[in-house]
Amino acid sequence: MASPLEDRLDWVVRQVGSIILGKERAIRLALSCLLARGHLLIEDLPGMGKTTLAHTLARCLGLHYQRIQFTSDLLPADILGAAVYERQRETFIFHPGPIFAQLILADEINRATPKTQSALLEAMEEDQVTIEGETRPLPEPFFVIATQNPAYQIGTFPLPESQLDRFLMRIELGYPDVKAERFLLEGEDRREALGRLPVSMTPAQLHEAQALVAGIHVAPPLLDYLQALLTFSRESGRFRGGLSPRAGLALLRAARAWALLHRRGHVLPEDVQAVLPAVVGHRLHPGDDHLEQSTADLVSQLLNAIPLPV
Amino acid sequence: MTPWNHKNRSKSGQPLVEPLMPLALIWLLITLALAVAPHAGELPVWLTLLFYAVAGWRGVIAVRNQALPPRWLLLPLALLVGAGVLIEYRTLLGRDAGVALLTAMTACKLLETRGLRDGVVLVFLGYLLVMSNLLYSQEILMVAWLFAVVVVMLAAQTMIYRQHAGLTGFAPLRLAGKMLVQAIPVMLILFVLFPRIPGPLWGLPKDAYQGRTGLSEEMSPGSVSELSKSDEVAFRVRFMNSPPPLRQLYWRGPVLWNFDGRKWTRHEELQANTPVAFTPEGAVVEYAVIMEPSNRRWLLALDLPASLPPRTGMTPSFQLLRDQPVNEVYRYEVHSYPAYRTGELTTLERSRALRLPGRGNPRAQELAAEWRARDPRPEALVNAALTLFREQAFYYTLTPPLLGVNSVDDFLFRTRQGFCEHYASAFVFLMRSAGVPARIVTGYQGGERNAMGDYLIVRQADAHAWAEVWLPERGWVRVDPTSAVAPNRIHEGLYAAVADPGSLPFLMRRGGSSEWLRQLALSWDLLNNSWNEWVLAYGPDRQKELLSGLGFGPVDWGEMTIAMIVALSGFGLIFTALRWRRRFARDPVARSWQRFCARLARRGLARGPHEGPLAFTERVAMQRPELAVPAQEIGKLYGALRYGPVAPAAAVRRLQQLTRRFRA
Repeated sequence: MASPLEDRLDWVVRQVGSIILGKERAIRLALSCLLARGHLLIEDLPGMGKTTLAHTLARCLGLHYQRIQFTSDLLPADILGAAVYERQRETFIFHPGPIFAQLILADEINRATPKTQSALLEAMEEDQVTIEGETRPLPEPFFVIATQNPAYQIGTFPLPESQLDRFLMRIELGYPDVKAERFLLEGEDRREALGRLPVSMTPAQLHEAQALVAGIHVAPPLLDYLQALLTFSRESGRFRGGLSPRAGLALLRAARAWALLHRRGHVLPEDVQAVLPAVVGHRLHPGDDHLEQSTADLVSQLLNAIPLPV
Repeated sequence: MTPWNHKNRSKSGQPLVEPLMPLALIWLLITLALAVAPHAGELPVWLTLLFYAVAGWRGVIAVRNQALPPRWLLLPLALLVGAGVLIEYRTLLGRDAGVALLTAMTACKLLETRGLRDGVVLVFLGYLLVMSNLLYSQEILMVAWLFAVVVVMLAAQTMIYRQHAGLTGFAPLRLAGKMLVQAIPVMLILFVLFPRIPGPLWGLPKDAYQGRTGLSEEMSPGSVSELSKSDEVAFRVRFMNSPPPLRQLYWRGPVLWNFDGRKWTRHEELQANTPVAFTPEGAVVEYAVIMEPSNRRWLLALDLPASLPPRTGMTPSFQLLRDQPVNEVYRYEVHSYPAYRTGELTTLERSRALRLPGRGNPRAQELAAEWRARDPRPEALVNAALTLFREQAFYYTLTPPLLGVNSVDDFLFRTRQGFCEHYASAFVFLMRSAGVPARIVTGYQGGERNAMGDYLIVRQADAHAWAEVWLPERGWVRVDPTSAVAPNRIHEGLYAAVADPGSLPFLMRRGGSSEWLRQLALSWDLLNNSWNEWVLAYGPDRQKELLSGLGFGPVDWGEMTIAMIVALSGFGLIFTALRWRRRFARDPVARSWQRFCARLARRGLARGPHEGPLAFTERVAMQRPELAVPAQEIGKLYGALRYGPVAPAAAVRRLQQLTRRFRA
């Protein structure tokens, strides 16, 4: 079933993996998120390679890349752009902001004010921005990687649940293992290596891959399984509020992308299980009786609780 | 998971009870209110009001999240309410006082209900309250009501045990209904096979059987006509062959020998455990009687019964006596011969059948002596008495005038208005005075055919008294003096016979504008009869009958227990098998995969229930590298066939082949 496109995707995974060492799973999740036309939230400590991952993906996929550092004095216009008067032409000329790029890294998104956050999030939802009455489409593809620092919450504006829901996945990178770290320490500067990285895929090919995701087959037993997961999250009492229908759709879309990335024309339960923690982790909260357990524990309980249909 | 598993502790180390959520408590209050509702008629008014007030108040407290009354108040309160019950009933034991105490204490418990545990206790109190209703009535409406209460109670229980499952609206009710439906086969097995023990196992409280109207073991003027005011059902009869005409339906009850000038009483005791012999003449009538509880030992049967139901004996006057009072709906089968000839009288019986009170009623005795002087043959004497009733101005009425000390004289020569007991009593007195052995038989006469259900309803108002005289050659012969006065009573029933039918109870009337309502009542009676016959009358005897009818032969309770256990396990197995089959689908792809997994499971490599085909076979490959190639191929193929868009026949065959060959 292998086709040049899937080989190419594999190639992307390997290329990115040569820069972000020992994080193949996170890379694949990020790529699935992109293929599923979703946005990605990376929650991790500084220095774990969040920016490098975003940058590498942009480079490998040949996407126009912009980084926006969120600060508490960042204004919506700083992201979206503004019309500026040009004396020579005696008219207002629109100067597009950094959001008019194909891949945006919104660094430390929770440090900006809610107003600025929502400017970005609305753009993410609608794939277009409206400035001074004029609607401007965003480039295609449009992919946001936002990062959040979980440790220092002072002076931040945590994203409300409804905004978190707009991210298809939330992942953590985590520390590299000993071998990868050693390789990192011994090896050359990541930035230089990144600069030498060849472009592995054109935007057109990416678009084609995204179209393929929608065509990945989903069999009735898989839907049974998916629904059982959703029902359990709603009725088991372990979560405060179960998964929404939107979460169910997100899960399915992510599982399709994951299946494509693993060269399959159909979704297996394993695909759902692989993307589940990343897709539902930021959408679920422990119920009153389970406050002492982490969401990650509960999600793994959710996985273990539902038997596969035969 | 039980609700107690995750108990929190406060800082002082004291266990913090898990609180009962308001919604669960509201459910509980509703069911308790429903369970107590049928008791409202029997409980003292203050207690009913107290219960509902406390329940309502508790609901308000729960919704508004207010504080409960302090704990120190509860003990005095409980004592006070207990004392109230004690004063009301002068006891705390027995059915009525017991139910009152249970209701009162449930109300008190509501006042200290804080946590989950209290809720569970209340649920069980609620079930006890539901059961206590059956001490008062086991009728179909009551049982239907209690069934509904149980559904709600189960919903409340579900709410309590799964407080945090977020069940809202009618969801707990649906869940409870589903559970009950699933439990129905178990209920049926237990109902049919649970060994039934004759008589109450643990002795119901004495007052549980009070307040039944019906025939008594003595008869005085007015005692039978009193019964004509009641249209309560005494018993119902289903004939096996064609039923005899109404006029032949004499349902024999207590036979009365002793007369004190006013009151007739019974004195006999049970003598035989076999039917008393007589010579039948003519056809046999076979029937089943479904008797309402009478709190008496006697069973009713047509003249004259020739068989005995189980645990029943017969007195020398052909009266059926059971070993225990009929306190439950009881069904028995008998056969009788309407035409018969009985044997000789013993000297003792003869003297008792001729005994008269020492003094009183001189004019009646004179009249009898006069008849005897004219023609001493017993048949002639009987005819003389019947002719008197027929030709003189005697009236058959429900409301006869009161009689004086010499009741027979008073009736025969002064009032001349009476109900059956007056005629029977006067007749037997005249016969004994004339030297013909005679006795009174009480019981019921006739009944009403329910054409819809093809059975006979005999009501209390059908109670009757007649006479038997002993004639040489023929033995005891039934003589009904009422038929001489009011032949319609025997041929058509009470309504056609009495001079004042308007005073009869509604269901005893016939015709008229409300006939349709009576017909409706008959349909309802049909339902009740089926309920009685198939549910309430299903006692030890019927159980044995049914089981031997199914070809088990005679069974004792031990074998019955074994049968019950076997049936329950059988049901369990079928239930499991059905679920199993759902799991072991007939789909070849699924079957192959299951075979593959089962083989690995036997080698200690069981697939986790949530483990997908690729994940599982990868684990197999890790743990048993020598199986890696076939296992992973099977995993991949199964995944593609199961979750892929198409399942080509060739691929299915390949999977079957691979799994067949697979050896772990």
